[in-house]
Amino acid sequence: MDRLSANIHVRGQEGTIRCSGSWTLHALAGLEQRIAQASFPVTTALVCDVAGITSMDTGGAVLLHRMMQHLEQDGRKVELSGLQPDFTALMELVTTHWGSVDLDAPSHGRNWIERLGGHVWRRLERGVDGVAFLGESTVALVRSLGTPGTIRWRELFGSLEADGFRALPIVGLLVFLMGVVIAYQGAEQLESVGANIFVVDLVGISLLREIAPLVTAILIAGRSGSAFTAQIGTMKVTEELDALRVLGLSPINMLVLPKVLALVIALPLLTVYADIVGVFGGMLIAAGQLGVSFNEFLTRFEEAVVLRHFLIGIGKAPVFAIIIALVGCYQGFQIRGGVDDVGQRTTISVVQSIFLVIVFDAAFSIVLNWWNL
Amino acid sequence: MAMHAAVTGHTPVIETSHVCTRFGTATVHEDVTLSVLRGEIFAIAGGNGSGKSTLLREIILLQRPTSGTIRVFGYDLSTITEAEALALHHRWGVMFQHGALFSSLTVAENVAAPLREHSRLSLPLIQEIAAIKLGMTGFPMESTGKYPSELSGGMRKRAALARALALDPELLFLDEPTAGLDPIGAGEFDELVERLQEVLGLTIVMVTHDLDSLWRVADRVGVLGQGRVLGIGTMQELCASPEPAIQQFFGGPRGRAAKEQTWNDGSTLS
Repeated sequence: MDRLSANIHVRGQEGTIRCSGSWTLHALAGLEQRIAQASFPVTTALVCDVAGITSMDTGGAVLLHRMMQHLEQDGRKVELSGLQPDFTALMELVTTHWGSVDLDAPSHGRNWIERLGGHVWRRLERGVDGVAFLGESTVALVRSLGTPGTIRWRELFGSLEADGFRALPIVGLLVFLMGVVIAYQGAEQLESVGANIFVVDLVGISLLREIAPLVTAILIAGRSGSAFTAQIGTMKVTEELDALRVLGLSPINMLVLPKVLALVIALPLLTVYADIVGVFGGMLIAAGQLGVSFNEFLTRFEEAVVLRHFLIGIGKAPVFAIIIALVGCYQGFQIRGGVDDVGQRTTISVVQSIFLVIVFDAAFSIVLNWWNL
Repeated sequence: MAMHAAVTGHTPVIETSHVCTRFGTATVHEDVTLSVLRGEIFAIAGGNGSGKSTLLREIILLQRPTSGTIRVFGYDLSTITEAEALALHHRWGVMFQHGALFSSLTVAENVAAPLREHSRLSLPLIQEIAAIKLGMTGFPMESTGKYPSELSGGMRKRAALARALALDPELLFLDEPTAGLDPIGAGEFDELVERLQEVLGLTIVMVTHDLDSLWRVADRVGVLGQGRVLGIGTMQELCASPEPAIQQFFGGPRGRAAKEQTWNDGSTLS
């Protein structure tokens, strides 16, 4: 590629501006600065001699036109001379469209009150949308539970497999490690006071009541909540949601309900599985570090860990499931416009559902504490 | 850059020879040989699935043919270095079928994007150049602050064309430029392409099966089918071709209607 330079010479006495060289994009960067720094004569009539310009593209034409415009705004009269016939059409094109360029009307330039107002308004709208979505889903759920024939069993079982069954390995591994960690951390303390057997209480109660449901829910939020948002969002972008509506199918019935129901079934089951695997992890460490045999562990487990801890843990799972599924789907429906939005909404979906899961978990703790459970 | 002063003539800008493309067992191109001359509007025509878009993607370095050579501006694309490829990318502009505008940027930012990346001009100048490009393509100036998702199909095409023209390419590729436009919009777009070709001295390669476009703007047409070039030449020449597939393509009721319209409206046929 040729690296010809573009030049400009201002001759004050003669009142001429001599332009030469290649006025094309790649040579313009330096030229733009030189024009800005050049001192043009104050005479009222100037001649802009462009005969030396060997090649010119739109960028060059814009720059030339802009320079002449600026000079004329300062009260000078500028005459263009020597323009090669090859460039006249281009120069004309730029001149005609110059008038339509209105850079003083910025599209984003609103003052802060407008921006704040817009922001608050959008938040309010989102809030109303969220409540509307919750209501719509609840009505659809109640209606379809009344007539089980309308439930989309195919989608439901598909979701059970994808979001429940396929999550078994990762949930198992993670909760197993949690059991190991808790037992290890407890072992040191308990051993120092000779209360080795209490590792069972530690592992059993903390896992069954808190850790297993919470970790499972967080994992599923990251794994399935994000998938729900991305799926529904992409369907919205590709107008598949509209296609469903046009065919008389409700997207809520087709997409949201099967996911909600599947998670409501799958999450408690996953939590039970997590309980078992987690306690097993604790058992291994108890046997290895503290000399508590499997037999002793299980005997103590029956005495120490009363049924209600298990039930409380399991009872939280459906609530978490509803939160994850609804937030995931809702954020999917919120996607407007483009591809960018899909990524952004997916992130929001995961953060929001994990946040809500932990908030509800805390609420459970407080309420159950009041009731002395 | 800017070949307005250069001789428009019979130097080939693009040459493909014996291009063969296979996807697994499916053969898209058996043997495609054609060349595009400087300063002409060349249309690649053919039915759905005849490999028009694939050929275009191969010419603009998005895909590699299985065998055969493609030369653009004299560079053999199969042995091209990275630096040469980058230089080539600056010399051509591509308008994709659905615009492929960046959805996170406004229209004005979309058109300014190539300039911001590949030139060292000041932001105001870049914005002015972008605005001129949008003006040239007839994009309504009051909408330049909009995002692509807020645009109508016709506006999206114009914005995409403006972005393709941002770096003043010598060679412009248009993938189905009139697809999805109403007849009036398509006609206007054809005129726009013709006018820009004249003023900017572009070489234009367009993939289309819009018969009106073929009659109105294309200097020469290459018809793809059955994995090869069925015929190449002006529309009149092609209509006289004995090849049955071409006859089917241009001689059908729609083809005849497009032809008659062009003959009656002599002013559009230069």
